[in-house]
Amino acid sequence: MTPNPEVPNPYVGGDRSREVSDPGSRLPREEWWRTLDELADDPAFRDRLYNEFPSEIEAIADPVARRTFLKLMGASMALAGVTACTRQPAEKIVPYVRQPEEIVPGRPLFYATAMPLGGVVTGLLVESHEGRPTKIEGNPLHPGSLGASDVFAQAAVLGLYDPDRSQTLTNLGDIRPWSAFLGTIRAALSAQQPLKGAGLRLLTESVSSPTLAAQIHEALERFPAAKWHQWDPASHDNARAGAKLAFGEYLDAQYLLDGADIIVALDADFLACGPGALRYARDFSARRRPERADRMNRLYAFESMPTSTGSRADHRLPLAPREIERTAHALAAAIGIRPADSATALGVSPALQKTLTAVAKDLQAHRGASLVIAGDGQPPAVHALAHAMNDALGNVGRTVVYTSTVEAAPVDQAQSLRDLVADMNAGRVDLLLIVGGNPAYTAPADLKIADAMAKVATRVHLSLYDDETSALCHWQIPEAHFLEAWSDGRAYDGTVSIIQPLIAPLYGGKSAHELLAAMSDRPERSGYDIVREHWQRERAGGQTAGTGASRPAPPRPEFDQDWRRWLHDGVVPDTKLAAKTVTVRTDAIARFEPGANRATQSGVEVCFRNDPSTLDGRFANNGWLQELPKPISRLTWDNAVFVSPAMAERLKFDNTPSWQGGEHGQILASVVEIRYRGRTVKGPVFPLPGHPDNCATIHLGYGRTRAGHVGTGAGFNANAIRTSDALWSGAGGEIVTTGDTFSLACTQYHHLMEGRGMVRAVTRDEFEKNPRSIHEGHEEPARTMTLYPEHQYEGYKWGMSIDVNACIGCNACVVGCQAENNIPVIGKDQVLRGREMHWIRVDSYYRGPADQPETYFQPVPCMHCENAPCEPVCPVGATVHSDEGLNDMVYNRCVGTRYCSNNCPYKVRRFNFLLYQDWNTPSLKLMRNPDVSVRSRGVMEKCTYCVQRINAAKIDAEKADRRVADGEIKTACQQACPADAIIFGDLNDPKSRVAQLQAETRNYSLLADLNTRPRTTYLAAVRNVNPELGD
Amino acid sequence: MKARSSYGLIAEFEDPTALVSATHRAYQAGYRRMDAYSPFPIEELAEALGSHHSKLPLIVLIGGLCGGIGGYALQFWAATMAYPLNVGGKPLHSWPAFIPITFECTILVAALSAVFGMLALNGLPMPYHPVFNVARFALASRNRFFLCIESTDPRFDPDDTRKFLNALGPREVTSVAD
Amino acid sequence: MAEHFVPVEDPPSAGLGTPPVIAPGYTFGTVTDKISAIVLTRKTPRGWYVGFGIAFLLTMVLLVSVSYLLVEGIGIWGNNQPVGWAFEITNFVWWIGIGHAGTLISAILLLLRQTWRTSINRFAEAMTLFAVACAGLFPALHTGRPWLDYWLLPYPNTMGIWPQFRSPIMWDVFAVSTYATVSFLFWFVGLLPDLATLRDRSQSKVGRFVYGLLAMGWRGSARHWHQYDTAYLLLAGLATPLVVSVHTVVSFDFAVAIVPGWHTTIFPPYFVAGAIYSGFAMVLTLAIPIRAVYGLEDFITTRHLENMAKVMLVTGLIVAYGYTVEAFIAWYSGNAYEGFMIWNRITGPYRSLYWALLFCNVLTPQVLWFRRVRKYAPGLFVVSLIVNVGMWLERFVIVVTSLHRDFLPSSWGMYRPTIWDWGTYVGTIGLFVALLLLFLRFLPMISIFEMRTILPAAKVDEDVREDLRVI
Repeated sequence: MTPNPEVPNPYVGGDRSREVSDPGSRLPREEWWRTLDELADDPAFRDRLYNEFPSEIEAIADPVARRTFLKLMGASMALAGVTACTRQPAEKIVPYVRQPEEIVPGRPLFYATAMPLGGVVTGLLVESHEGRPTKIEGNPLHPGSLGASDVFAQAAVLGLYDPDRSQTLTNLGDIRPWSAFLGTIRAALSAQQPLKGAGLRLLTESVSSPTLAAQIHEALERFPAAKWHQWDPASHDNARAGAKLAFGEYLDAQYLLDGADIIVALDADFLACGPGALRYARDFSARRRPERADRMNRLYAFESMPTSTGSRADHRLPLAPREIERTAHALAAAIGIRPADSATALGVSPALQKTLTAVAKDLQAHRGASLVIAGDGQPPAVHALAHAMNDALGNVGRTVVYTSTVEAAPVDQAQSLRDLVADMNAGRVDLLLIVGGNPAYTAPADLKIADAMAKVATRVHLSLYDDETSALCHWQIPEAHFLEAWSDGRAYDGTVSIIQPLIAPLYGGKSAHELLAAMSDRPERSGYDIVREHWQRERAGGQTAGTGASRPAPPRPEFDQDWRRWLHDGVVPDTKLAAKTVTVRTDAIARFEPGANRATQSGVEVCFRNDPSTLDGRFANNGWLQELPKPISRLTWDNAVFVSPAMAERLKFDNTPSWQGGEHGQILASVVEIRYRGRTVKGPVFPLPGHPDNCATIHLGYGRTRAGHVGTGAGFNANAIRTSDALWSGAGGEIVTTGDTFSLACTQYHHLMEGRGMVRAVTRDEFEKNPRSIHEGHEEPARTMTLYPEHQYEGYKWGMSIDVNACIGCNACVVGCQAENNIPVIGKDQVLRGREMHWIRVDSYYRGPADQPETYFQPVPCMHCENAPCEPVCPVGATVHSDEGLNDMVYNRCVGTRYCSNNCPYKVRRFNFLLYQDWNTPSLKLMRNPDVSVRSRGVMEKCTYCVQRINAAKIDAEKADRRVADGEIKTACQQACPADAIIFGDLNDPKSRVAQLQAETRNYSLLADLNTRPRTTYLAAVRNVNPELGD
Repeated sequence: MKARSSYGLIAEFEDPTALVSATHRAYQAGYRRMDAYSPFPIEELAEALGSHHSKLPLIVLIGGLCGGIGGYALQFWAATMAYPLNVGGKPLHSWPAFIPITFECTILVAALSAVFGMLALNGLPMPYHPVFNVARFALASRNRFFLCIESTDPRFDPDDTRKFLNALGPREVTSVAD
Repeated sequence: MAEHFVPVEDPPSAGLGTPPVIAPGYTFGTVTDKISAIVLTRKTPRGWYVGFGIAFLLTMVLLVSVSYLLVEGIGIWGNNQPVGWAFEITNFVWWIGIGHAGTLISAILLLLRQTWRTSINRFAEAMTLFAVACAGLFPALHTGRPWLDYWLLPYPNTMGIWPQFRSPIMWDVFAVSTYATVSFLFWFVGLLPDLATLRDRSQSKVGRFVYGLLAMGWRGSARHWHQYDTAYLLLAGLATPLVVSVHTVVSFDFAVAIVPGWHTTIFPPYFVAGAIYSGFAMVLTLAIPIRAVYGLEDFITTRHLENMAKVMLVTGLIVAYGYTVEAFIAWYSGNAYEGFMIWNRITGPYRSLYWALLFCNVLTPQVLWFRRVRKYAPGLFVVSLIVNVGMWLERFVIVVTSLHRDFLPSSWGMYRPTIWDWGTYVGTIGLFVALLLLFLRFLPMISIFEMRTILPAAKVDEDVREDLRVI
């Protein structure tokens, strides 16, 4: 795994930054490790973690240094402490649900908090064992979660305990105390006082935290000439601009999918990413149940890169982004909000035009119950058109509502960053505070931000990792993880959550609030005081969030109860943003010219997208996410240049499974060079069925040079060719093959069903005519076909039902399972050999032509077969059946013959071929779930239906002398699932959800003809196709 | 008393036929406590010595039965009483699966009883035996054939028996020191 | 014991017509001397030292591979999901198969009164033992936690846990260990009289002591011979069903599983035939050079070679029939998985191996139809080598190509052996050869006393028999 030569070196031009040390480079690249085991062996890392007496010890003579030394002692003691126990935050934090205030050893407590990402927060419940946060779930009371969570939330625990996190405050690589930094910053600020802060710049990501916003405003009041810039590479600039176009002001659109019968997605992956995705997925899948056909919705997707949303669509048309823009115009024309005559001028093909007519007809037939959604990747015009269409279709207020923005201060972030760079280049910036984010890596290449930053006298960076930006800054301040710090934020609908810490900062990090406090007149205030005082003021001074008076109001007596209630519930009541009545500037929209904003229309169109695993690169050092097979492509540890199979054919690109791992491991991909707007980047090519032709998609978030031991050097850096004028896609690219090959770790390369009917799918008509049509051509042996008497299961009889029709392939279940069950990360090399350890995997299958296939997701956990083929072949009885029908795996009895795995037709068993678990790294020990044994080398493992959760619930039930109620036990995968596709329960209870689902006609068993009698069964997919368009 | 000093008299012959007929004659002459030694098995010798059937087959049969029954019993007991578990929905006593091991146990114990039975019946191992005192007896494992009449035989008399043996046309007759 | 011992020659027993399986002109004495001389007096040929040197080095390779395996884990091999078994089981089955010839020759041919077995059964049995030893290594080492292998033995323990006797692996444990034990007993019982011979003929004190100890005081008493013959026959009777059962049980490892390409009723007979096939191939591979090096053409005559070639031809045809039926049933059953499996073997990524195996095991042995080939030692040697390779390929194809693409296409994968897979395999070959060479050097490679019995002089004259019958 060699880093991409095209990755721009962050040190170039940074004259002073040359002095900044790069601990990462102490190791030669090729030796850089990918599994957490080796991580612990890395000497550089071991110093940092175990070194009780840091190397600065020789400087002890000098009094200043002695203070430093003492601080360090403190720090390393704290770290040593990390191995043994953890410290609860000093302040009062409140456990969720009725649990004893004091911790009962062995009983986890649940705390409500929230995770900020991309300008919104998602409410979470965090499981804490004796003060160690070990597992994250969604908060059922939170509108943006309803109990579900996404991969990033699930993986946040590993992010918290990541030993690669920035652990010490450094100045040019030397460890310094917080006080030293305070000294510097105060000095720099007082120098700014006379200038009114003209030389002061603040760069943040999208801010939804009312408190932070208030603090910033406070600071800007003290320094009127200072400027606040925002840059979030995963930004919604186009949506903002689109709203401005349509309504003349920044507004947020919130979709009410439960009311939508017809949905049109214009390159919008609303089910899997962006604000509210979890909620949207829940609402969407709730209306995909053919048993209630009258309520079944229909989704048309026009998209480029195949996404979860596209794969759920009843009609999906692969189109390059610029074609989607034309399509949007044509659709608008068909609906009649722009002159119809110009439809031909739009240059959409007759076939597409026919489709659009049908779609328009469908939309108009469902006025007020239809919805058009535009994706962030689409230019503002398309968003404006979408708003106009929704307006024209009478959907506003019904399926979509518009509110003032969740972000405290929405701006055109690309422009904002451009201005900052301009100021820096002009030498107008003396003090640059970068609060979070990693602009040096994420900024578009054309801005050359590294050079610009070099011209700033004092550069301060607050971040979780000592990353590319840190390398360009004088001061690196370790940021407190959101599980370590007090803060707040707004959900996609504006609902405020207080973010309460689960654990005191492991590495003494500081939160953004504490950093900004340093600019105020009360620098030493704790995050807790800042947040709490802010809300005290809010309550005192009414509902005007975002602006705050500098003076704290006298506390109201009932505030304490409110505060407790907010922390307990994880939401602040009545903070949802009110819907606004809007008027669309139809006349302006009617005058849009498609592609007006595109420089050139020729050549290959290059699309930039956030990576499903690493997003914009902020999660690049998270092993769980790196090893997570991306939806559909099932690619791990790398990004790739996604093109259509036809294009790969045409350009003679070659992707072949190797002899090592093959389709289930190593793909040898030809490396191509993308030439785009005078810049080039090299990357492995990956043909993806359903990807539009003459168009290439590359994901951000890879090619990091200072991500940490896990993320550094993985993939190639798409930012190297990304330009600020076309953030998401631009034409004029060129792709040439280099002749090199690169090995990609891909866990599934064969997506055809070979007529084995793993996923059964019919159209809605077929299903209504004959529900049994699902089972046609699939035999299932009669239960009497056996020599042996049937085994009776009294008491509980656990089973699971997975709805293929609902699954959006978001992978939340996979990471959720990994977090719950202490599943190790094995690294790219082992994945290449086809040894990944996930207990549940999301297979994806294609049906139909390669250029426009139907895509289906199939989560596959252990089937817990009643006639489990794995059991009779085990010589030592290490895998046997429990009397509740669980296929138990007895780790400490297993000698590792792997016979069970060979004999498992579902291949859900996972073997510890080597010592995959990290037994050394202290912080990772904290992370583990104490209720699940940590498997060592040579042992087989697999899905247990979360037996630890089953037993916990059974113990409670037995204490209360009752049966376990339906829904009381949720498996980790079920709990994470936003689409409600996984249901677990007791099959002996006819009223349980799972029993009812398994009684449905749609219910079928995987490989039923083998007579394994799985307890996990599937609900077939039913596609609600538009009869006019056929199948 | 004098006779006790010697184990007996041993006669050396050059070929199997001579040995067989000699043994036969000695048997007819009423000698019983005697034994013949040859470098390879000669069926006729056993008849000539009057020893006919061997107990070994019976021992092996019993051994085999014990092995088989024991093997099955072990599996039955372990699978149904000692450690009863639901394995792949199969009944606790899934007898067809127990057959192979039962069979192997039968063979194993039978084979062991065959070998150790044979050694026991032959009184082996026996590092010392008087016949080894005869220097030429080393050839008994090469190409010579011996007949030894033991002094404990009631009809044994040092001189008569030596005469009798010489009459059988041996290569030579020597007395075997005890 | 025999200080003033003088070997006395008796006149050659001429004129009784050529014995079938031993060159004329041999007497009890000369047969004894010639065979025992190899161990006792003759100078060890240089070839032995060279061969042993190489074998020893390979054994060291085995040692290194195994040590590294124990340190790191199975992950150093190429095994993965879905190919949980690969090289190790292939080698296990291969070695076990080779191990079948010995017992077969000694036991079955004995029962069938095939006198020609006499001059080859001894080292065939030795070969069996060493092959089984090599075979046993693989299942023992291929587990994830080899140090816990003893959990497969049914021993009473404080936790009251017992093995799971429904597992074919348990059947393996019993079958293979029984087979190893019985083969050893059979071999040792056969050696007993010859050990006595060596004891009596050895010139060195050590030799006399060691051989004497092993001979247990055997003195060739007629009564002993009587029990001995009975025991030997009974052992043969027991070993015959055993040898058939062992490879049957090994085939159960696959036949009992549900993997397409494994789950087949034809496996037992076809595995047994394959075992005999490879076994005889290996006997030839060894016998031909040995008889050349030690000049034993008089004892291991072309008659032997020809007979073994015939056995190979027959078993080879049975195996070929096995392949055909496998393919036919896959098509005839109409089972999608079976059909794909065979199609994948013929056309899939591992097709070259499948075709190679057909060439080695089906095509090559057809030359044995010609008597000239059967009588031509070098030719036979080449054929036997090819068959050995072919049988290894057969096992690889069965184990790997069935697993690598089974039921769910999403889990299809590939397997590629690592250097450690090869190291372990080649290492066992070294171990095998080393043990065999030690055997050749220190024990009589041909059963001396049985050779004596097939000399014409061993017959007791009719008239004497007659008057025995009188009583």
